[in-house]
Amino acid sequence: MIKIDDIHFTYPNGIEALKGVSLDIQDGEFLAIMGQNGAGKTTLVKHINGLFKPSKGTVVVDDLETTKVSVATLARKVGFVFQNPDHQLFSETVEEEVSFALRNFGYDESTINERVTWALNLLDLTEYRKVSPFMLSGGERKRVALASVLAWNPKIVILDEPTIGQDNQQKERLRQFILQLNRQGKTVIIVTHDIEFVAECKPRVVLMTQGRILAQGEAEKILTNYDLVNQASVVLPQIAQLFTNLIGKGVPAEVIDVYDAAKILLGRLGEPA
Amino acid sequence: MSMFDGFKFRSVSSAVHRMDPRAKFVYVCVLFAVAVMFSQLIPLLVLFIIQMPLVFAARVQKEWLRSMKGSAMFAVIIFGMNLLTLYFYGSYESLSAVIERSLALTVRFMVLIESFSVFFLTTSPDLLGLALEQSHVPYELCFAFTTAVRFVPVLADEAQTIMDAQKARGLELEGGNFVKKIRNYIPILIPLIVNAIRRSLELAETMESRAWGATKNRTNLYVLKIGRKDLYLVFFAFAILLVSVYVVTYIKIPNVTHLLNI
Repeated sequence: MIKIDDIHFTYPNGIEALKGVSLDIQDGEFLAIMGQNGAGKTTLVKHINGLFKPSKGTVVVDDLETTKVSVATLARKVGFVFQNPDHQLFSETVEEEVSFALRNFGYDESTINERVTWALNLLDLTEYRKVSPFMLSGGERKRVALASVLAWNPKIVILDEPTIGQDNQQKERLRQFILQLNRQGKTVIIVTHDIEFVAECKPRVVLMTQGRILAQGEAEKILTNYDLVNQASVVLPQIAQLFTNLIGKGVPAEVIDVYDAAKILLGRLGEPA
Repeated sequence: MSMFDGFKFRSVSSAVHRMDPRAKFVYVCVLFAVAVMFSQLIPLLVLFIIQMPLVFAARVQKEWLRSMKGSAMFAVIIFGMNLLTLYFYGSYESLSAVIERSLALTVRFMVLIESFSVFFLTTSPDLLGLALEQSHVPYELCFAFTTAVRFVPVLADEAQTIMDAQKARGLELEGGNFVKKIRNYIPILIPLIVNAIRRSLELAETMESRAWGATKNRTNLYVLKIGRKDLYLVFFAFAILLVSVYVVTYIKIPNVTHLLNI
């Protein structure tokens, strides 16, 4: 369990990025943190693996207070996939890249080999095992970055802007993959601007603005509330916009998912879903 | 990094910031020459002190102090090295004379840091590039120079993000012996260099698609003009130079050890 209690954080240049944020995240939960640029989303999640230490307040991850343990210790529990894969790729082959963290954690060769094979297979990268990560496309590099984190099987997975630079097909695969991770019992936290992606995943949503949490709750409740979403400089999902326009026509207002919408509309048309 | 912070441009509205970079550059060059001319403590201390009003006028005292603090370690090394060398190999009459000489050379270093710090703190890379361009340095070189300076903070930010990304994968930068510490930095340096090359290629493409090099006679939105205040600074710098040449040639500068009779 992750317990964030009234944390404040100020960058060395004086910008106060977090102004009293409290958040509880249960084991196995799927959470999306949303808000405009500069709202404090990435700053907040960097507190979970100890990259940032709060200037006030506490962050406790599985009974470990982040100020009292190193990032490497927390990294065993918390896998963090950065927004830009080019900020971490450096090895000569994909295989070495994926094994980097496993070597840092001191796994033996046979376990490393096993875990690398598992992670490459999971992300459909087996054919690139001996290829330089720098020769891959943007989407493939992103998958290598993801594989290099999932390889050590962390309990908590944080993905910072996972959909940036991905085409629609890759996004859909990513969505399925994230849901699968969550079904396996992992706590998944995504930081994103991609409201359509969140609408399709339907996680618990945390809306942030100006270093504070504006609202949190079920995706259907939060992402259909125009005032809240507007305050966080986010636009309603297209399905929610459609159903907002249909208010008074006998359809529910809290619809964000295209499949749910299809069912409701077909029902109204008297056709079987 | 605190020493480098003292050389990063700070956008403050002050008379010194508004001065022509060429005038400030003449001032820095003169200070450099004069500091090298003297090897006695008293004139070097005077040189250090007469620059203080400029620091306060530029309202960059906090950053300037940071550059002084950052360079303190180097100053200690310079003092220690000179002290040892002069004590064992110099022909000085007493230990106090050796200390004074070592101190003088340390103050010379601080004078140079001080003048360069004021120059870079108060001169934006853009203006510096413009000054070079108006001094008939080829535009390609000016552009390369200003771009390199402008990208330093960007690269510093990127280096921090890369460090965070690798630490999140269990990399410990601090531990181990010297060789291990160097090896630990390979996962930081490779992405940093690759990204810098990628960025420079992208920049080249965007520059070319905006007609880079289409004409030899480029015009500028801003044109630098030497004003009265700039001339005062140049005169002030030359006055320091003339006085220094006179002092070095005709006046025997006393040692502090002699004055205090140590």
